[in-house]
Amino acid sequence: MIHLTNIHKTYQGAQPLHVLKGIDLHIGRGEFVAIMGASGSGKSTLLNILGILDDYDEGEYRLDGTLIRNLSETRAADYRNRMIGFIFQSFNLISFKDAMENVALPLFYQGVGRRKRNQLAMEYLEKVGLREWAHHLPNELSGGQKQRVAIARALITQPRIILADEPTGALDSKTSLEVMQLLRALHEQGMTIVVVTHESGVAYQAEKIVHIKDGQIESIEENDGSVDSPFGKNGLMK
Amino acid sequence: MAKLFDVDLWEEIFDSLRKNRTRTFLTAFGIFWGVFMLILLMGGGRGLETMLGENFAGAASNAGFMIANTTSEPYKGFRSGREWHLELNDVERIRNTVSEISIVTPTIRRWGARALANDKSCGISLVGQYADYSQVDNPKIRHGRAITDADGLQHRKVCVIGSRVAQELFSGMDDPCGQYLRIDSINYRIVGVSGKSSGGINIGGNPQTTVYLPHETMRQMYNRGNEVDILALVARDEYPMSEVQYKVEALLKRVHVIHPDDTQALIKLNTEAVFSMIDSLFTGVSILVWMIGLGTLLAGAIGVSNIMVVTVKERTTEIGIRRAIGATPRDILTMVMSESIVLTLIAGMSGITLAVAILQAIENATHADYPTAQFQISFGVAVGASLLLAVLGVLAGLAPALRAMNIKPVDAMREE
Repeated sequence: MIHLTNIHKTYQGAQPLHVLKGIDLHIGRGEFVAIMGASGSGKSTLLNILGILDDYDEGEYRLDGTLIRNLSETRAADYRNRMIGFIFQSFNLISFKDAMENVALPLFYQGVGRRKRNQLAMEYLEKVGLREWAHHLPNELSGGQKQRVAIARALITQPRIILADEPTGALDSKTSLEVMQLLRALHEQGMTIVVVTHESGVAYQAEKIVHIKDGQIESIEENDGSVDSPFGKNGLMK
Repeated sequence: MAKLFDVDLWEEIFDSLRKNRTRTFLTAFGIFWGVFMLILLMGGGRGLETMLGENFAGAASNAGFMIANTTSEPYKGFRSGREWHLELNDVERIRNTVSEISIVTPTIRRWGARALANDKSCGISLVGQYADYSQVDNPKIRHGRAITDADGLQHRKVCVIGSRVAQELFSGMDDPCGQYLRIDSINYRIVGVSGKSSGGINIGGNPQTTVYLPHETMRQMYNRGNEVDILALVARDEYPMSEVQYKVEALLKRVHVIHPDDTQALIKLNTEAVFSMIDSLFTGVSILVWMIGLGTLLAGAIGVSNIMVVTVKERTTEIGIRRAIGATPRDILTMVMSESIVLTLIAGMSGITLAVAILQAIENATHADYPTAQFQISFGVAVGASLLLAVLGVLAGLAPALRAMNIKPVDAMREE
């Protein structure tokens, strides 16, 4: 599904910053992968490249067979819209739109009619258990609820992959667990999921953990008994 | 995706505007105020012009007046400071000699008389005139009729009175025609009431307190012999009175043996100069109106642009989110531009509507006194203003929209 070959990325500036120094990573369809690393390790940059939010300097990135390279803004927007579902640490919901409108927004940019859009949005809100909250504004929802709205928004376009950037970073441990369970449930339905985190409790929910250090992959760890990980027993993740 | 008549797009735009009320209101107000002021000023200027125009209506725009005065130069044996008079023969002389003149008509005057009727009295001035004086200055007869040449030929003791005279002497009577009034112990029958207002061009006193007599009647009653107080002239349209008047002046000076360079001996007035002055005054006023109006509008547009720039900054995150979930730069451009155009048009239309309503109210309020005064702007001006607004809306939205278009989703995320 995702094939990264020798990816390099340098941020130009007064002091050029070589952030990614040759990343080779292959993620198969239906895999649940966590990318771990300290801050400054390059994991967010890697996620931005995976999400076509940022371009890379060298190497090759194929998403579901499509070469992602030097895309026009319009093509990039289209690919983001159709292939990728984003989940952010700070939820990134639009504050003046209610939950349903937020979920429906990606479909607006696909040109789906309002009635169809809202109907689908309600279905996806139902899936994350927020049907009764459909007409509440983001600031009337708790952190966990907001993140569930964001997950519904990420799912509504039926993307090939879900990219989550510290999805539990702004949540307490109980709601973190709920959100992670939701992601696991998606994984069990066959969704490809990539989570960037520095919390090992979150990372050990995944089946594969990629450790990044100084812009290079340090190790790839297979996680078989994910629920029984040292930090993850019965929700005591943190 | 960015079709103009995409219902969804419009719903999205109105949604954004509706849910950010304060921002929308502040932005809209600048444009609203600019348009409102522009239309109000334009209508007001036009109204003032037509109001004054009504005052001048009836006065020939190419008329001149000649009044004799004491000489200031000795000439051919006459001392300076000599008194002389215009005389009836001058009328025929001018008619025969100066072909550019279409009307020459003599008037005689008496100032400081009193008219009496119904135990009331009223200070007036008297004018003796021929019927053709109405072509120099229309008396705007409200009741009855004007003085005719037959009145003069038969020496009838009839008069036309000014509106103030009618009011003071015959209050409570709608139409005083047929009544009598007494001036200097002579009774005159009233045959008409003039509706002329005190504004505009008045030669020889306020027309509201003037009593008009047939020329011959007055000449006889006051023993005026051959004398003429004021000669009124109208020149044919193609000859400006200011030039024709020099010919008349030369003729009169030659006949009455006055030094050709004597500037004091003959007082010349002409409406052409007055009218051209008023014309240039109104040109000035309308230039000023346009400058102020457009300035206000421009300030409004710049205000909108400013607020939109701030708005775009404030919405960086929102725009970033939209970009991340699939909005193309063109979608964002369309969104910001449409918002600004819609806002400008709605605010502008409200401005036009309110200004038009106020102008109509003013027009209705002044209708009684100035029936032809026009404060309302024309439909063409309204359409022009709307087009101008659309252009301003595009321009005001352009800078912030381009800025919004260049927001990268990553930058927006970093904002957090």
